[in-house]
Amino acid sequence: MKVILRNPRREVEVHGNRRVKDVLRELEVLPETVLVIRGDTMLTADQMVGGDDVIELRPVMSGGSR
Amino acid sequence: MKCRKCGDRAVLELRRHNAAFCAADFVDFFRNQVREAIRRYRMFERDEHVLVAVSGGKDSLALWDVLLEDGYRTSGLYLDLGIFDYSVESHAKCEAFAAAHGAELIVVRVTEEIGAPIPVIKDVTRRPPCSGCGLSKRYLMNRVALERGFSVVATGHNLDDEAATLFGSVMHWQTEALSRQSPALASTHPKLVRRVKPLYRLSERETAAYAFLRAIDYIVDECPFAKGATSIAHKETLNRMEDASPGAKHNFLLGFLDRARPAFERVDAVPLNECARCGQVTTGTVCAFCKLAERVKRAG
Ligand code: SF4
Ligand SMILES: [Zn+2]
Ligand SMILES: [Zn+2]
Repeated sequence: MKVILRNPRREVEVHGNRRVKDVLRELEVLPETVLVIRGDTMLTADQMVGGDDVIELRPVMSGGSR
Repeated sequence: MKCRKCGDRAVLELRRHNAAFCAADFVDFFRNQVREAIRRYRMFERDEHVLVAVSGGKDSLALWDVLLEDGYRTSGLYLDLGIFDYSVESHAKCEAFAAAHGAELIVVRVTEEIGAPIPVIKDVTRRPPCSGCGLSKRYLMNRVALERGFSVVATGHNLDDEAATLFGSVMHWQTEALSRQSPALASTHPKLVRRVKPLYRLSERETAAYAFLRAIDYIVDECPFAKGATSIAHKETLNRMEDASPGAKHNFLLGFLDRARPAFERVDAVPLNECARCGQVTTGTVCAFCKLAERVKRAG
């Protein structure tokens, strides 16, 4: 499966089927800091992903003094 | 994982609430949290005209969306900071959102107000960009609201923003800042409008999820100056605590508001004057914004 990360935008290939939470752990991303998006829906940490999936890990942090 | 309300497949898990929701029930949950915030702090009345400060990011557009959906009378205020492509793109997102909702968007350009865009102000002052930027935003929001007859400005500050600010103030025991931190700042002078933060109960992951589920087209990329900001470092620290102990951020902020903040409330209110140049409120003779504009002019 293909995992898209942002800021800066980059893509990584992750092989095999696994749970979202394991993908996050492998990529050292805290669940609290991203939305996990597949197509037009979001996934919870217990869902299985793999194969031809394209998953976007969209950061949710915004910064500076606002 | 199943939705706590209806049992359908959940799209988002909220560990701190020990719950998961499907799209429709999450949107409901989100709006109820905003309503609760408005009610609890009596942020504004049903018939009040609310100025919503929008940046093109997820938080402020999500806030505007909720208020529009709930039938509030609102106008958006976009401050063009002149920060390269970021400002161009974020402005376009706000225009598109306003147009799609038939809502009014007021646009004010920092370059016209102060004589230079944020990147130049940063160079002139040799201070972090967020310092001149934050000051200009607070000043302009208030002035525009006053000039146009709004009694309240709503901003998109979320739970993470507020927890990070609180963390910073506590780390340095800035008691003055602690006394002023609140989801609703009442007007303490005829020339200061009320400032409210209806998203203070919602984490930034929740505001991002709301924006995504409502198909709000917001700017995902960050302001190029956000990277080095201390607030980001504080957010990262808090997120690690949250990961180890869900609810940490929520308890930190809401516990402060309910139990600790009253202890910092100041009895000896600082006297407020009107700036000799622009007439806006200041504690000195000339306000910080006018001083900044002066420096920019001299450097120009
Ligand atoms: S990150 Fe800093 S410079 Fe950028 S918009 Fe926010 S406050 Fe302004
Ligand atoms: Zn549901
Ligand atoms: Zn002034």
